[in-house]
Amino acid sequence: MTAALVFDLSLCLLIAAVALAAVLADDLFTAIVLFIVYGLLAAIAWVRLDAIDVALAEAAIGAGLTGLLLVGAAARLGGRGAPPAAGRTPWRLLGKAAPAALCVAAAAALVVLVLALPDDAPGLRPLVAETIAASGVTNPVTAVLLNFRGYDTLLETIVLAVALVGVWSLTPDRDWGSVPGARQHARPDGVLATFGRLLPALGLLVAAHLLWAGADAPGGAFQAGTVLAAVWLVVVMAGVLPAPATADTRVRLLLVAGPAAFLGFGAVGAAGGVFLGHPAGAAKATILAIETALTLSIAATLGLLVLGVPRRPA
Amino acid sequence: MSPILYAATGAVLVGIGVFGLLARTHLLRRILAFNVIGSGIFLAFGGLGSRGPGSGVDPVPQAIVITGIVVALAATALAVTLVTRLFEETGAVTLPGEHPAEGPDAS
Repeated sequence: MTAALVFDLSLCLLIAAVALAAVLADDLFTAIVLFIVYGLLAAIAWVRLDAIDVALAEAAIGAGLTGLLLVGAAARLGGRGAPPAAGRTPWRLLGKAAPAALCVAAAAALVVLVLALPDDAPGLRPLVAETIAASGVTNPVTAVLLNFRGYDTLLETIVLAVALVGVWSLTPDRDWGSVPGARQHARPDGVLATFGRLLPALGLLVAAHLLWAGADAPGGAFQAGTVLAAVWLVVVMAGVLPAPATADTRVRLLLVAGPAAFLGFGAVGAAGGVFLGHPAGAAKATILAIETALTLSIAATLGLLVLGVPRRPA
Repeated sequence: MSPILYAATGAVLVGIGVFGLLARTHLLRRILAFNVIGSGIFLAFGGLGSRGPGSGVDPVPQAIVITGIVVALAATALAVTLVTRLFEETGAVTLPGEHPAEGPDAS
C-alpha cells in the first residue's frame, strides 16, 4: 500500500465522517461549522483528483459562501431549532432506524454500482485535446465553459440572476428597493475594520490574476467573481462601504451586464452563422472580454444573494 | 484506484445526505443535507470522470461540476431566504404538519 493510497483512504474516511457529523450534530451552529470543514475537505479531494478549477470553486463557493449563508440564517433564526432532549420511545427509534437502514442500503447499492462500472471509459478528453488548439485558450476547463459548451455557462449566469430575483421577490412591501443585510457595527480601530481596508487590495489582485490566468491555468470567471464577492462582503461587514440600495439602477445594470454581454455576443455569432460561436483567430480576446463582464456580474450577484432580502432604508 | 475511491465516497455522501433530508426536520438542517447530497454527486461524477486514458478529470465533467456548484449556491440562497421569511412570518423553523421536535413522535 503506497503512501498516496493511505492518504486518499484517510481523506475519504474523514470526509464521510465529517459529513455524517454535520448531519447528526445536535446543535445547529456546530452542524454548520462541520459542514464548512466538510466543504474544505471536499476541495482537498478535488485537488487529489487533479481538478484544481473545481477545488477552487468548491472551497470558495461550496464551503465559503454556502457556509456564510447558513451561518447568517442561523443567526437570524436566533436560538430556534435546538432540538429538545431526545426521548427514547420505540416510535422515535423506529422513525430514525427505518430511514437510516434505507439510506445505508441505498449508499451501499450506489457504491457497488460505482465500483462495477468499466475502467476504460473513453470520455471526452480526446475530443477536447483534439480541438483545444482552436478554442483560443489552453486551460481545457475554460475552453469547455466558454467555448465548447457556452450554452451551459450562459444559462448558468441567467439562473444566478433569476435566483436573485427570487430572493428579492420575498421582500416585504415596506422594504422594497431598500438596503439588504443587517446594519453592521465594526469598531473603527478593530481587527475587522483593519481587515476590511487591507483585504480589498490583495483580493482585487487575486481576482484579476484568477481571471487572467484562467485562460491557461486553473481559474476563470466564476472563481474570480467569487473572490471579488467575498472581498466586497468583508468590506461591507467591516463598515468600510455601505451596502447599496437594491433599487439603485447602477446595481441593476451591473447584475445584468455579464449575461447581457454574453447574449449579445451570442447574437453576433448567430448573425455569422453559429450562436455563441467565436471568431476564428480572435477567440481568446472574445473569451476574456466575456469573462471580464461575467466576473463583475457574478461578483455582484453572489454578494447580493448572500446579503439576502432588502430590509432597511438606504 | 484512487479516483474510484473518491467516486465511492461520493456515493456514501449521497446516502448520508438523504438520511439528513429524511431524519432532520429543521429546515436549515435539510438545506445542509441537500448540499451534502449535491457535493456527493459532484465527487462521484469527478471520480468517474477520471477513468480512461489520460490523467486528471475529464474537462467536460469538471466544467459541469463548476456550473453545478454555482447553481447549488443559487438554490441554497433562495431556500435560506424562504426559511428566514417563513420564520419571520410564522415563527416556525419546520414545515407545517411536522412537529418542531425531531422525529415523528408528535405527542
